[in-house]
Formats: sequence, C-alpha cells, structure tokens
Amino acid sequence: MGKMPDGKARTALSEDALVPDPKLPPTSVDEAVLEAEERKWTPAKIAIWAAIALLGGVAWFMLAIVRGETVNAIWFVFASVCTYLIGYRFYSKVIERYITRPNDRRATPAEYKADGKDYVRTDRNVLFGHHFAAIAGAGPLVGPVIAAQMGYLPGTIWIIIGVVLAGAVQDYLVLFFSMRRGGRSLGQMAREELGVIGGTAALVATLLIMVIIVAILALVVVNALGESPWGVFSVGMTIPIALFMGVYLRYLRPGKVLEVSLIGFVLLMAAIIGGGAVAGTEWGAAFFHLDKVTIAWGLIVYGFIAAILPVWLLLAPRDYLSTFMKIGVIVMLALAIIVVRPEITVPAFSEFASRENGPVFPGALFPFLFVTIACGALSGFHALISSGTTPKLIEKERQARLIGYGGMLMESFVAIMALVAAISIDRGLYFAMNSPAALTGGTVQTAATWVNSLGLAGVNITPDLLTETARNVGEESIVSRTGGAPTLAVGLAHIMQQFIGGTAMMAFWYHFAIMFEALFILTAVDAGTRVARFMLQDSIGNLIPKFKEHSWRPGAWLCTAIMVGAWGAVLLMGVTDPLGGINTLFPLFGIANQLLAAIALSVCLAIAARRASFKYLWIVALPLAFAAVVTITASFQKIFSPVPAVGYFANNAAFAKALADGKTEFGTAKSVAAMEAVVRNTMIQGWLSVIFVVLSIIVIITAIVATAKAFRDARNGVAHADHEDPAVPSRAYAPAGFIPTPAERELVAEWNKLPADLRLEKAAHH
Amino acid sequence: MNAILEGFRGFARYFGGVMGADAYAKYLEHHAASGHEEAPMTEREFWRDHTDRQDSNPQGRCC
Repeated sequence: MGKMPDGKARTALSEDALVPDPKLPPTSVDEAVLEAEERKWTPAKIAIWAAIALLGGVAWFMLAIVRGETVNAIWFVFASVCTYLIGYRFYSKVIERYITRPNDRRATPAEYKADGKDYVRTDRNVLFGHHFAAIAGAGPLVGPVIAAQMGYLPGTIWIIIGVVLAGAVQDYLVLFFSMRRGGRSLGQMAREELGVIGGTAALVATLLIMVIIVAILALVVVNALGESPWGVFSVGMTIPIALFMGVYLRYLRPGKVLEVSLIGFVLLMAAIIGGGAVAGTEWGAAFFHLDKVTIAWGLIVYGFIAAILPVWLLLAPRDYLSTFMKIGVIVMLALAIIVVRPEITVPAFSEFASRENGPVFPGALFPFLFVTIACGALSGFHALISSGTTPKLIEKERQARLIGYGGMLMESFVAIMALVAAISIDRGLYFAMNSPAALTGGTVQTAATWVNSLGLAGVNITPDLLTETARNVGEESIVSRTGGAPTLAVGLAHIMQQFIGGTAMMAFWYHFAIMFEALFILTAVDAGTRVARFMLQDSIGNLIPKFKEHSWRPGAWLCTAIMVGAWGAVLLMGVTDPLGGINTLFPLFGIANQLLAAIALSVCLAIAARRASFKYLWIVALPLAFAAVVTITASFQKIFSPVPAVGYFANNAAFAKALADGKTEFGTAKSVAAMEAVVRNTMIQGWLSVIFVVLSIIVIITAIVATAKAFRDARNGVAHADHEDPAVPSRAYAPAGFIPTPAERELVAEWNKLPADLRLEKAAHH
Repeated sequence: MNAILEGFRGFARYFGGVMGADAYAKYLEHHAASGHEEAPMTEREFWRDHTDRQDSNPQGRCC
C-alpha cells in the first residue's frame, strides 16, 4: 500500500491497483458521491442532530449539574444514548477517514477465503447481534455495580465517555486490522508487529490475564450461590439442561438451533420456579445449602470436565442458551427501565469518592474507579473476540465501523443499565450487601449497626429491611452478598416487580437474574479455559513439538489441568480470603483487563503508524496513554502503597509483623490460620501485579519502538513491510450502516438486477 | 394480521441468524455457488463437523 506521510485521507479509487470484474456493477459507492452525501446537511438532518445534541446536553445537565434530591433513571438513558449517537456519527467517522480507511472495492476474508464454515459473509445486522452476544457477558453487569460505591456520576462519566474515546476505538481498530489480515488473532498480530520480545510478552500476559479473569468471574458465581439452595439448584440444573440440548442437537434433530434453544429456555424457567419449591422443602434446603468452599471446588471440577468434554455435548448448547438469554434479558432490562423510570436517591459523588478506604473496593477514585469498571468502558478482552471470529464474517470493509464501534457502544449501554439497576436500591442496603462479612459481621443486626455507623447522608437502615428484602427475594440472608451479581439481581427484581408481577414475583426475578449471570459466566469460564489451554499447548509446543497436536489427549488433559489449577487456585484464594475476597481481587481483574487493552492498543498503534497515519495517531495514542497511566498507577499503588488496605505488600508486612509479634488475631483475620492466609494471599496478589505490569510495560515499549521506526522509515522514504493479506477485488456489495443511504440503495438496486449466475451466493437475507 | 406474521417471521429469522441457526443453509449456498463436484454434507454431517471443528478451534466468549 502506498505511504501517506501527511496522514491525509486517501481516496480508495486512486490508490489501489484492484481490477474489478467489468461485468459487475461497482463494488463500492463512488468516493466523491459518498463524500458529497456526508457533507450535505439538509435542514431535516441538521434538526435531528441538533435535537439529539440538545437532549443529550439536557440529560447530562440533569445528571451532573442539577443533581437534585433524586434523579430520574431516564436521564441516564438519554445521556448515554445521545452521546453514543454523536460518538458513532462523528468520532467513529474520523477514525474511519484517517486511520482505518476502508476500501469496499477490496474483498473481505469472508469473500476471498469463503469456505461456507468459518469464513462466511454475514448480513451486517445479524453480525452486529452476533458480535455483541460474543463480547457482552457478566463483566458490564458487575463492574458498574461495585463502582457505585463512589456515587453514580464518576462511573457514568467513565462508562459513557470511556467507551466513545477508548473502548469502542479499540474494538473497531482490532476488528479492522484483523480483518485486513484474514482474521488473525491478537497474539499473531503482536508477534508480527512488535517482534519476538513484544510478541512473547503479549502472549504470556494474555495467558495470565485470562487466568485472572476466569478466576474472578468464577468468584462472582461462587459468591452469588454460597448458602443459597435456590440458586444452587437452578444454576446446577443448567448442566443437565445443556447436556439434553446437546444430545438433542447431535442425534435427534441436528441443526434445529432455535427450536432447541426455546426448549432449553422453557426448561430453564422451570428450573428457576422449581428451585423455589425445592429450596422450600426441608431436604432441598439441606441438600443444596452449600458453603462457598464446596461450591468453589465444584466449579473447579466442573471446569475441568467441561473443558475436556466434546464441544457439542456441553459448551455449544450452553452457548446457544446463553446467547438466547443475553439478548432477551438486555431487551427486557432496557424496556423495564424505560417503562418504570425509577427515581435514584444515590448522590452523584458519595462520601467514599474522596477517600481511599471504601468497604466495597479500596483505593482512591483515580485510578481505581477506572479499573473497577473495565467492561462497558474499555475491555481488553474484546480484542480477543474482535480478532479471530468476527473478522471472518464481515461482508464489506465499511461495515467494520458498525460492528466494531457500534457493538461496543451497545455493551456500554448494558453497563449503564446495570448501574441504574444497582443504584435504584436503598443505599444502606447496597453497603450491607457489598461489604465483606468481616465488616458487616454477617447478621442483620450487626450489618445494620455497621452501615448506620458509616455516617452516610440519608442512610438509616433497619435490620427489618434486610430481613424483609431477603425474604422477598427468596434468600436466607442478603448481608455481605459481595461480587455485584446479587446486588444487580436485587435491583433488577426491584425494577421488574414494578413492571410485571409485584412483590410476589420478586423472588423469581432475583433468581432469574442470578441464573443469567451465572450462565454467562459459566460459558466464559468454559470457553476461557479452552482458549487458554490451546494457547498453553502452542507455547509448550515450541519446546516439545508433540504438544502442538491438539488431538493428543495426554497433552490436552495436562494443559487443561494446568489452566484449571491456575484459576482454581486464585478462586480458592478469593473464597477463603479473610479480607473478603472480591474487594481485594476485583482490582486485579480490572487491571488485568485494562492491561490487555493497553496491549491491544499498542499493537494498533504500531499498525496505524506502519500505515503512516501519523497526524491522527493521537486517536490510538489517547486511549493507550490513558489505559497505560491508569493501570500502571493502579499496579504501582497495589505494589508500593504503604496503606495496608491498598498495597498488597504493605498488608503482607502488617500481617507478617503481627504474626511475628505472636498475635492470634489481627484486623479482620480472627485466627492465626487466617492471618497466615492473608500473608500468603497478599504475597501472590502482589507478585501477580508485578508480573502484569512488567509484561505490559515491555509490550508498550516495543510498540513505541515500532512506531518510532515506522516514523523514521516514512521520513527517510524507506518502504516497510506490510502484514496485510494481498488485496483481492471484491465481487459483492452491501451497505455499511443499519440504514442504507440513497446512494447505497441505488447501488443495491443495481446489484439486485444482476443475473443470478453472475452474482456471488447471496449473503443471507438483506 | 399478515404484517404482524411477517414481522414475527422476520424477527425469528434475524434471531436465528444471530444464534447461528442458519449455518447449514449458508454452507449449502456456498457449496452450490462454488461449484464443487462432490455432494454437500448432509445436515447431520454438517452440524457434527461444525461442533467437532470447535473442539480444536475454540472461540472465546467474553466476560
């Protein structure tokens, strides 16, 4: 490809050497027409965008400036949606024009590598849903809930502004660059662009980060199911339901995906309702009442078995179920919030926003709010989805903006709704649920006394409210149900019962929410273990070639066991942690996720520099710099902070000293064994932080070196290698966005007139 | 009434597409268009192959 040292937009027509088939209509709307269409501001268009900007402005004004006694939830919807629309319409177009520069005359991998299986041209609207289902999971539902400790405004601003300038940019760029490389994975791209050192560091970091992410997601499930017979029963039932669906799809009616998903959904609902009945019986309550350690071990054993079973039996059917639930739940949540419009009484900035000793997660607003909310604002994990699967399905290059950037905006909206659901509950209840048992004392009396002693404005909680809420949602207790999922479930039940069913239905909605979160997480745990196992096998395979054979059972089992052992160890550490588990480990989850984002953005930076878009390189450099500063600051505080609540090693030293002094209890650890556990856990967590941050700094430095080299080459006129697949002329056309423009419609009509034998096979239903 | 039915069908088709229910139909289209000599896989074979390939080619699911 030609160099563009000044970073000017390049017209596709003049620069590429693609020779289109003369028998076919054009495969791209003419650049000049496209440009004219975009530049032409009709009065109607101006009116619409002015209205969007105005509505968004009013909504932000209500949230950030007015902040009366209460704020209506609908302003969150307006502020986010209007900002997303403006970001999508204006900012993503800047990225398209100056960084990605798509060329519709060029075939996508789905076209030039078409095989009817992995590489399949997919209708853009369908692919949007598909990609969204792949990237959205439990993450955006958990982080914002935990971050609500600081009040609603910091989280809201970070989720909305962060996604527009960082998260969606990363997703779009990774998707686009991977698409230009035939759907190569992030690891392969890092290797090519950053060399051996950067590539290897990226690979090791990715592997470790996956372990942490899987472990902490699993911890969320364990916390939600501990001592909850109803939850254990209904979530446990998803396994036989998925197995049944797997057998049904394999042997009874192959390919009837929608049908089996519907059956699975009905069974799932039956499992939730049945769970209430079972938990109500004496034997059911006794049998399914499991403590957290038992559930953690169950999850570890399950994780191993699920990762070595064939995909068709458990993973594929549960994936269908999970996708089915995901879309349904999100539509339902959005509808409920718009219809019910709950009043929010949480302050914009809570008392903990200016302190660093919050009970839900320790640390100051900067940087810890920005790592607590990862998914929904900037999630590095998405880079693993945006490279690999989705780029093999895109029909036209211009659609990458809708799928990559637009898909991430959608996830951000999910995060906003989760935040609204979580802050719609009483604030005292929020702190009673989300603070570790070491602080609340675990009973309704001690919890109420402790919460009231925090001195939070407007908070005066009674033990009765805690008891009554627990009874309404069908749980024995809701005190110290940390991890975000139970709080979201209470919030959702609270909103949904106003929408459908009243208080009598609250228990159902609560367990419905727990069920879908568990379902998303179990799918992520399974898939994450499998992906990590393959990465490990490939890495070991460089030393012992036999390991590269994926079908070699002993190798596969050994690597699965190593990966499950690794996340299982972190999970058990979290479950048994005397300090509360989720509040010490969740920052590590966010840091890991954001470091992955920094790695992905580093790769994008190097690629964008190679494409010589220097003038606009800030588009990539801005989120990269922010992610790097946030995560490196957070890591350094976790490593070097002298405050025991924040710094792992400071805490380690404090507990080690207490042990040396012969104390038998210290802080929240009430026994010598608990103190020893704290010493062990903080040491591991501290070293994990060190390893993460060192690896990420290596990756970032190699990316900067690669960028500088590209800059020097461009200045000296030296041609540099491009790792893109060779350009192939396209033989198909499809519009770029949800709604085709007049020029696009015209071109589609032209293609529709084409005799069938000249056309490529039709990409499903336009 | 017809419009509602049509709308519902369209939604089911879209939802099926998102879930990947139409993978076999797309495979057949591809097979016919690329002019292979041998017969295409049957539906049962295709779905077997579809999941079995995932065994050695895992796809991540996000958090």
